[in-house]
Amino acid sequence: MSTYSGVQDEDNFLLDKGRSRQVRRRSLRLLGSMIRPVRAKFILTIILVALSQAARVAGPAIIAFGIDHALPALRAGDNLPLVMAGAGYALAAVAVGVLTASYINATARLAQTMLLDLRRRVFRHTQRLSLEFHEKYTSGRIISRQTSDLEALRELLDNGVNSLVSGAMYMTFTAISVFLMDWQTGLLIMLAALPMWFLTRWYQKRSQVAYRASRVASARLIVHFIETMTGIRAVKAFRREKVNASRYEELAEDYRTVTVRSINLNGIFQPGLVLIGNVTVALVLLAGGFRVLDGGLEVGVLLALLLYTKRFFQPVDQMAMFYNSFQSASAALEKVSGLLEEVPSVRAPKNPVALSGAAGHIKFDDVEFHYGDGPVVLPQMSLDIPAGQTIALVGQTGAGKSTLAKLIARFYDVSSGQLTLDGVDLKDLSGTDLRRAVVMVTQEAFLFSGTVAENIALGNPGASQADIEAAATAVGADEFIRALPEGYDTDVNKRGGRVSSGQRQLISFARAFLADPAVLILDEATSSLDIPSERLVQRGLQTLLGNRTALIIAHRLTTVKIADRVLVVHDGKVAEDGTPDELIAGNGRFAALNQAWEDSLV
Amino acid sequence: MPQQQTSLTESIGRLYPHAKPILPRLARGLVCALGASLMALAIPQVLGALVNETLKVDGDGGAVWAAVAVVLVLGALEAVFIALRRQFVIRPATTVENQMRVSLYRHVQDMTVAFHDRWGSGQLLSRAMTDLNLIRRWLAFGMIMLVVVALTILIGITLMLITSWRLGLIFLVASVPIVLYGFRFRTHYRIVSRLSQDQTGDLATTVEESVHGIRVLKAFGRGRQALDSFTEQAEELRATEIRKARSLATVSLIVSMIPELALGLALVVGVLSVADGQLTIGALVSFFATAAVVAAPVESLGPLMAMTLTAKTAIDRHFEVMDETSSITEPEHPRPVKHLSGAVEFDNVHFKFPDTPAAGMDLLNGVGLTLKPGETMALVGITGSGKSTLLQLVARLHDVTGGSIRFDGTDLRQFSTSDIRSHVAVAFEDTTLFSSSVRDNVLLGAGEQGDEALAEALDVAQAHFAYELPDGVDTLIGEEGLSLSGGQRQRIALARAIAAKPKVLVLDDPLSALDVGTEELVTERLRQVLEGTTTLIVAHRSSTVALADRVAVLQHGAINAVGPHAQLLATNEHYRYIITSLDDEETAGQDPDEVLS
Repeated sequence: MSTYSGVQDEDNFLLDKGRSRQVRRRSLRLLGSMIRPVRAKFILTIILVALSQAARVAGPAIIAFGIDHALPALRAGDNLPLVMAGAGYALAAVAVGVLTASYINATARLAQTMLLDLRRRVFRHTQRLSLEFHEKYTSGRIISRQTSDLEALRELLDNGVNSLVSGAMYMTFTAISVFLMDWQTGLLIMLAALPMWFLTRWYQKRSQVAYRASRVASARLIVHFIETMTGIRAVKAFRREKVNASRYEELAEDYRTVTVRSINLNGIFQPGLVLIGNVTVALVLLAGGFRVLDGGLEVGVLLALLLYTKRFFQPVDQMAMFYNSFQSASAALEKVSGLLEEVPSVRAPKNPVALSGAAGHIKFDDVEFHYGDGPVVLPQMSLDIPAGQTIALVGQTGAGKSTLAKLIARFYDVSSGQLTLDGVDLKDLSGTDLRRAVVMVTQEAFLFSGTVAENIALGNPGASQADIEAAATAVGADEFIRALPEGYDTDVNKRGGRVSSGQRQLISFARAFLADPAVLILDEATSSLDIPSERLVQRGLQTLLGNRTALIIAHRLTTVKIADRVLVVHDGKVAEDGTPDELIAGNGRFAALNQAWEDSLV
Repeated sequence: MPQQQTSLTESIGRLYPHAKPILPRLARGLVCALGASLMALAIPQVLGALVNETLKVDGDGGAVWAAVAVVLVLGALEAVFIALRRQFVIRPATTVENQMRVSLYRHVQDMTVAFHDRWGSGQLLSRAMTDLNLIRRWLAFGMIMLVVVALTILIGITLMLITSWRLGLIFLVASVPIVLYGFRFRTHYRIVSRLSQDQTGDLATTVEESVHGIRVLKAFGRGRQALDSFTEQAEELRATEIRKARSLATVSLIVSMIPELALGLALVVGVLSVADGQLTIGALVSFFATAAVVAAPVESLGPLMAMTLTAKTAIDRHFEVMDETSSITEPEHPRPVKHLSGAVEFDNVHFKFPDTPAAGMDLLNGVGLTLKPGETMALVGITGSGKSTLLQLVARLHDVTGGSIRFDGTDLRQFSTSDIRSHVAVAFEDTTLFSSSVRDNVLLGAGEQGDEALAEALDVAQAHFAYELPDGVDTLIGEEGLSLSGGQRQRIALARAIAAKPKVLVLDDPLSALDVGTEELVTERLRQVLEGTTTLIVAHRSSTVALADRVAVLQHGAINAVGPHAQLLATNEHYRYIITSLDDEETAGQDPDEVLS
């Protein structure tokens, strides 16, 4: 048996037996874990459905009472039974109405509580998963897990409890009545369970595959959709519209095909069940008919038995619908549970070491790093960065500078060796302490929808408007922000569409300024700035960096020169280490780099 | 988001053109649905008749067989009708759903960049998936069942009236409050179902942002805040859904209680009438038998109405997007593009974003600039001066709001956009790579060109690293593939623009993420390649400016000066301010804006 876990092999829908059982169990476990906290509500809903069902049964009984007893009583001059029947019927009517309304409300509450719980779980979990995971798993897939997969679950929760409970109750009561009336017919009905079981097994197997395929197809469709919409500028500029549309059409057709397949399976299953029910009715008639001829059964009893048998199979329709949405939801939960099963490769410590007011002393002790089982990216290295030092990391694209920075920010964990902050292993720090102490600003300055002020406040959610403006002023962003249509309250739109990338970088600088960390990492954070802005930032930087440890990755030597110390990284190793002046005076890579840069200034 | 009030019939009427081809199939489905419910109704009656008429002690065994045969046939018919209804309806309904989905995608793809800035992709996605799903279900199930249910109720009430007009009337009068409440329900449910669908879309947008912005959230440790605001939104959605359920519960209460109360009254009146001799017991029994049959359809009215209203909302949301027209229109008779020389002329170009206040100054306020064929022009200006916007105008990603941009003297709006974009290649600042191989990404705009163009483009962009990726140039990159560093991405994007071999090349600060050494190599190779290609390049650094024949300085929305680097350096204060690096700060102007204005 193959062993897969998490989202691995997610697109495969033709699973072998063991694997299929494994993911199905995982999916049901998730469903169980969602029901457990709402057990009480769940039971209450079931009771409400059962009660409303019981109230419904009372109606015909009261009518029978009215005709059989109240009428003769009335004729005899006693109108009390009629009054009772009328009042009883009205009472039952009110009970049915009120109970129906309450179970609809109760079901919605139950379903929505479970959905909210799962939504939050998925959201929290995806936030927890490390970058390594996100770099492989597309955003479109996560969105599809959060939207269309949850939609499938919602359908089950909305109608499932009701149809299952009322159907099962109805069938049980009818079966009991039949048995009480004539056990042979009762056995005959039970016999019908056999072909039904086979049909259900058949449907179960087929629909499992079909719904799995449908989840995969819908995820593909969503991934493509999201990719097009988020990259719309490039799509247009390179005239991808036609190619994209035909690709989308293909995917949508795939989705349609698998949808039709799953619906058609249900289209055989459901009438199949109805047919089995009707054939059973005919069998009851056959067996009962001959007994009537023999005089072994009264005609009236046979008629009642036949009507009961017909009624017994009535909810089969509903049950088929329930099973259908159950299959669909289980397939969806297989995917969701796979995502939840993913273990973050960067884990929070069980017993975190408290660190308040970090000084910012960073130490690499024989650190080695590789992605997963990949080749070594950073060969063994040791490095000591005293608190308050400003370090510039220099080297060619892909030399390993960003990796070094990401290790300090604990986006990745070191593969071996130890990386400490103020003597505490990064792995032992709580997320809160670590993020308060270490902040990283990347080249890609993502803006969330909301105002400029809100985006800056991300650096410190408790900040006042004055703090926000001060931070913006410090990095030289205040001026352009004030020039925006609504100043700090301007909506940045989707992905900062209206703000230039230089301005975006300034905003993310302000964010970092506001966060006020002990260790600041700037990964190409100034690359899109023009020189005047950079000049402003540079001034801000001098004050910003004053008493904190800073790691700057920059291509521009102007930025490098404000550093206390330069590390030249080459092939994952620190090739040169010294003050800018020392290195320039030497004849290593940095000296050459400096020369090239001086030459580039015309 | 725009939101007009439309009536239920108006909204559903908009489906007509899409549903028209499948109407015959839907009608057949309807007939089958009617047939199935007729069978379901008939079987008990037939059973009663058969048993009572044909079976008696010592009777004929053949009569039993005959009765069994009749029941079997009817039973099989019921199953066949159910199967046929689905068979008739499912495929056509999914086809309509699919067509609407694809046309939504095509439409949205053709909308302007400004449209996409306005609409969150989550909102668009929820329209493409959930809403269309709802519409399909309504077409295939809700609509048909609504008709079946209405007919059943109508027939049932008629039968009841025939049986006893007095009792029937009681039942009929009871429907008045139901109908009245139905109107209230419609108004209320429509509002909450709209709210719920919009909130679902917004939630999807939040999820999308939280995933795309994961690095920032992680870097600042703001997962908690993100979760909190997501929870808040999800709780709002939950509240709306519960409101929706409450609305449905109230209507269900009324729909199930009032007819039953009427029946309770009918029971009393009926028994009294029988006692008076105005009604037979048989009629009373038959009245209640019919009432029992009508009860189920009456109760299903609530959910069916809710489903219809939800479908209406979905239709409205769908057409809201479909009704948006692209402000970038194709000319009716596009000029054929034959041999563009590459001359580009900006003539008094004005531009402002559609939603900026009318009073403010245009972002581009009369740009005048002429690029000679084959010339390389650097565009410099401070952050936010509109450089990137100006570049996007050349590829017609936005339209000018005044003046014109001309290629060889022809306004580019007279060409088809696809022709324009095949002659203009852009490398954006934020590099978008698609989920595909390096090869496909680079050759995206390259037409039929093969490996040679790929090799050259990768070489010019100094993207040789591509060969060392696990599968070389066939390595999957982009969202679903290997993630590359910023510098690597930028070089692939640059290679993509170069490989398109355009007449006009537009580069938005294409070297910002490159280190000095790589930059120098790229610059050198670019200079060779750019010969003969008209190039407009946004530059922040003097090293990039060195590529250019001339430099244009963008300030206050207009071109303030054009000339060779050295000349501008000597004569233009603002240029010095922008381009002079920090080392030479002493020589740079202090406050150029004041000096110049």
